Amino acid sequence: MKSIWTLLSWGSEGWLDEIAYGVFITVSLAAATLPLGLLIGFFVALAKQSGEPSLRLAGNVYTTIFRGLPELVTLFLVYYGAQIGIQSLIRTVNPEATVDVNSFISGMVALGVVFSAYASEVFLSAFRAIPQGQYEGGYAIGLTYGQTMRLVVLPQLIRIALPGLANLWLILLKDTALVSAIGLNDILRWTSVAARVEREPFLFYSFAILIYLALTIVSSFGINKIERSVGPEPTR
Amino acid sequence: MNATGQTAIELAPPNPPRGWPRERIVGHVLTGLWILAGIGLVGYLAAVWNLTWFEKYIPTYIAGLKVTLSLVVISILLGAILSLPITYARMSKNNVLAAIGYGYVYFFRGTPLLAQTFLIYYGIGSFKPQLEAVGLWTFFREAWYCAILAFSLNTAAYQAEILRGAIRSVPRGQWEGAASLGLHKLQTLWKVILPQALIVALRPYGNEIILMVKGSAVVALVTVADLMGATRLAYSRSFDFQAYIWAAIIYLALVETLRNAIDWFERLITRHLRR
Repeated sequence: MKSIWTLLSWGSEGWLDEIAYGVFITVSLAAATLPLGLLIGFFVALAKQSGEPSLRLAGNVYTTIFRGLPELVTLFLVYYGAQIGIQSLIRTVNPEATVDVNSFISGMVALGVVFSAYASEVFLSAFRAIPQGQYEGGYAIGLTYGQTMRLVVLPQLIRIALPGLANLWLILLKDTALVSAIGLNDILRWTSVAARVEREPFLFYSFAILIYLALTIVSSFGINKIERSVGPEPTR
Repeated sequence: MNATGQTAIELAPPNPPRGWPRERIVGHVLTGLWILAGIGLVGYLAAVWNLTWFEKYIPTYIAGLKVTLSLVVISILLGAILSLPITYARMSKNNVLAAIGYGYVYFFRGTPLLAQTFLIYYGIGSFKPQLEAVGLWTFFREAWYCAILAFSLNTAAYQAEILRGAIRSVPRGQWEGAASLGLHKLQTLWKVILPQALIVALRPYGNEIILMVKGSAVVALVTVADLMGATRLAYSRSFDFQAYIWAAIIYLALVETLRNAIDWFERLITRHLRR
């Protein structure tokens, strides 16, 4: 029986190098999902606060679907659905082809749409917190819609939305654990492999949980820093 | 004065024609895409319609739905009970107690539910001799009990935060007023603070229930045959993608029903606050 320190050491005897690679995958998945989710979420929020009913409807349908589905179901829908869809498309040309969808991309898309559905709600409430006068002031000094958005509304929007988005980031970080179910080699996947091979599930799963905890703590520090650099909300 | 005696009805000018600005075109295109997607979904389900598949797996799905619902109900209730001492510890003036409460909440909210479930089912389950010695082996042997334990511990942390936030949202004057009337602390909490706090807490509680319904899908990964487990079983046996489509439809219907029920209930108990 190997000691804990051998099991958690770097190199061929231990699992630290594999788990470190898992940490890299988890963090890069979360980091790659974040911009995607923020971008989609922002546009969905724009749609939901527009004066055009059909646009609002389209945005609301998006949020309802992707907030209502369990993340795991969304993940499997994207993973298997994309696989079957792309395969049947390609098979019209080449009937022998088999397609393997990249689990990283699938995870990114699935977590991205879930993130964006929640982010759109955060952005929407931030939009509502910005008085109409800010837009009118922007137009009055001759700014176009795009300029008003970029120069007047967005800087305030980000400050108001930041706590909500920070919360979503922490949720995203935890949700990445689900991609181990579609075979992406993240933290949980590697620790599961190690736990099975070494028959030490308690040790390895505790280690995984501690890593997630560490990621959460590091994120919280980062979030605090960003929030401080953005400054407190000005009192009106 | 108008000599003809016409009453002065002020007609509002007609709305200007809306025309087709870019916003409206984009909106119609996107809504059209959703409608197309819906038609495509129905078309797909009609195309793969297969009575034997249905007869074979409907009982599995129904059993899975029951497992999901009972898991959520039991965990929410156990979590609610467990959240009381945690809230007490978290709000206590005793630093040690407060730190323990804070640590508990931070631990369970800062790590993935899936990892917690794995730790309890595979991790604690690996100490078979020790568990047998204390007679807990029958408990930890079953994925179902482990899932309930993991979910209850997890939701207790979230519910403790909800409860704490709600209690703190009640102004201090309420405590002081009750104290000056000679009410005991527990009486104050029960008769004065909680009725006001629970209205604030209702929406977060509702969200927590919805999160639990959605989160409960992960128990399929520790071999519990919930709705997601039934789906995975149906898919792995038939390789029929409609298994996942049906799961998505059922989950969506469940969550939407819950959401509307919570909205209705909130409107019902806040009638006195509406002006």
